[in-house]
Amino acid sequence: MNGVVMAAEATNVGNTWINIGIFAAFVVVTLVVVFRVSGQNKSAADFYAGGRSFTGTQNGTAIAGDYLSAASFLGIAGAIALQGYDGFLYSIGFLVAWLVALLLVAELLRNTGKFTMADVLSFRLQQRPVRLAAALSTLAVVFFYLLAQMAGAGGLVALLLGVTDLAGQGVVIAVVGALMILYVLVGGMKGTTWVQIIKATLLIVGAGVMTVWVLVLHGFDLSGLMQAAVDKAGTDAILEPGVKYGVSDVTKIDFLSLALALVLGTAGLPHVLTRFYTVPSAKDARKSVVVAIWLIGLFYLFTLVLGYGAGALVGPEVIKAAPGGANSAAPLLAFALGGEILLGVIAAVAFATILAVVAGLTITAATSFAHDIYASIIKKGEVSPDGEVKVARWTVVVIGAVAIVGGIFANGQNIAFLVALAFCIAAAANLPTIIYSLFWKRFNTSGALWSMYGGLISTVVLIIFSPVVSGKVDPVTGASLSMIKDTSVDFHWFPLDNPGIVTIPLAFVLGVVGTYLSKEQSHPEKYAEMEVRSLTGAGAEKATSH
Amino acid sequence: MSETQAGSSPVETDYQRVERSEEFQSLRRAFRNFVFPMTALFLVWYFLYAVMSVYATDFMGTRLGGSNITVGLVFGLLQFVSTFVITTLYARWANDRFDARATALREEIEEGEL
Repeated sequence: MNGVVMAAEATNVGNTWINIGIFAAFVVVTLVVVFRVSGQNKSAADFYAGGRSFTGTQNGTAIAGDYLSAASFLGIAGAIALQGYDGFLYSIGFLVAWLVALLLVAELLRNTGKFTMADVLSFRLQQRPVRLAAALSTLAVVFFYLLAQMAGAGGLVALLLGVTDLAGQGVVIAVVGALMILYVLVGGMKGTTWVQIIKATLLIVGAGVMTVWVLVLHGFDLSGLMQAAVDKAGTDAILEPGVKYGVSDVTKIDFLSLALALVLGTAGLPHVLTRFYTVPSAKDARKSVVVAIWLIGLFYLFTLVLGYGAGALVGPEVIKAAPGGANSAAPLLAFALGGEILLGVIAAVAFATILAVVAGLTITAATSFAHDIYASIIKKGEVSPDGEVKVARWTVVVIGAVAIVGGIFANGQNIAFLVALAFCIAAAANLPTIIYSLFWKRFNTSGALWSMYGGLISTVVLIIFSPVVSGKVDPVTGASLSMIKDTSVDFHWFPLDNPGIVTIPLAFVLGVVGTYLSKEQSHPEKYAEMEVRSLTGAGAEKATSH
Repeated sequence: MSETQAGSSPVETDYQRVERSEEFQSLRRAFRNFVFPMTALFLVWYFLYAVMSVYATDFMGTRLGGSNITVGLVFGLLQFVSTFVITTLYARWANDRFDARATALREEIEEGEL
């Protein structure tokens, strides 16, 4: 956004060739791994679920890789650097949300489903309408999440490779998209999982090294580090709540709305849910989440130090003026600590993050389209697994193309907003139906459709008429803070940036209303099967390869 | 859940027979008795923190003992601690208490003994 325009004059930090070199090394190593593991990518279970042969620890690391996107790495570190405490609030919601997945969803889903979220939702309801709704909401979540990652790539390029014109950034976005298509086509779920594992390891180790480094510089005194950040910022407001969300009653409710969407969204994210199918059993799914929680929690503790560290060592003025704005806090801190080399490593890790997350999203969307829409709805189940996987591969190419075009178009959009939107759709459209279908016997098809479509449509509509799309103006500069940059266009009537506080409870209520309005016969025998299978693991899908 | 199924299919399926069995009922009770209260607990604790962060800003901004560490930061770090503790408690409970019973039941089902 602002950064891209100013980048022409801004001094480009670091050595572009070192950045490119380290990133190229990552690509080569991961490609070799992907080719090596892709030998037996034949069946649907191989392509969609990596043969269900990953260990809990491997899958947990891959989940952390999927979850710690560019938005959480660059975005949260930047938010803490500029807004202090209010930036920290994000990471807590992102972490606590995993308890919903651990306690209520992961194991039960692994025991009853096969490849997608829709497998579980349609288990005891009418297959085709429920699958269609679940697939549409999967595609919607993936679309916004994908757009966020690709949009972030443009800003990152400006900072790290010195590519400042939009056309040049477009080329880099296209390269990222093409690489991702290659990974997914060749490697399927197995290759994608290994890319996530490598990336998560690099990211966590890289952030860990920087964290220790910052702490050493400040004598392992967190209070002293925060004092240095306060001195640099010239205000101690960053230590207290309120910099971002304490401005007015509306921003306070907006924060609670975001907090709700974050904590309930994670367990409804389709690319997280499909990861539970890559392990042999529910016990391994549990282990996956336990490992993921430790890694993700550790990482967010690092970002707290990194954020205040960037505030202390780089300073908010420099961060705001850099290309990429708040997102450049972590890379600039790397440069301040370790010069060109560390910046190169962190830059490569950030790119790898985008690449890996995009790959994970794409395979999820392709699986959902091929398995739920093509095989179950269009072909009514009359399709060979080979034919289904072929469709999934073509879908990967199409989604890759959409991601490239969307990424070029969305270049410069606010990443955090797009991610928050994806979480909000996941929490409103997916989670209520997941919970009801697992735990509520009376729940039926009508309730599922009311809840999923109601949650999806209400969220998207309220976003369109919210200040993030039109009518938000910076009171100081008079510049537009909305998606539509023309300040004379203003059609917003919904006051909040995040609609979760309205749409998530609404979706839960619609599930109940829809259920009681329908005269649909319940299927106690299907519920019995689902309940017994979900808790005991009887009849669960087994691993196919080792 | 009630044991008489009005309007259900005339022949009871194997899964329904298992569902009615005392073993399964007690397994389900054990599971729900653990996860439902735990879920309520961490959600209340999380929203208490979120609400206080925007509506009790003075209290959350209080410095502790002359340092720059605020009450809010400590509360936030306690959210990390509680998440790690609940994760560990659940994993231990599931590994030690739940798995053996679930596996025994699964084997009975798969061998057709129930």
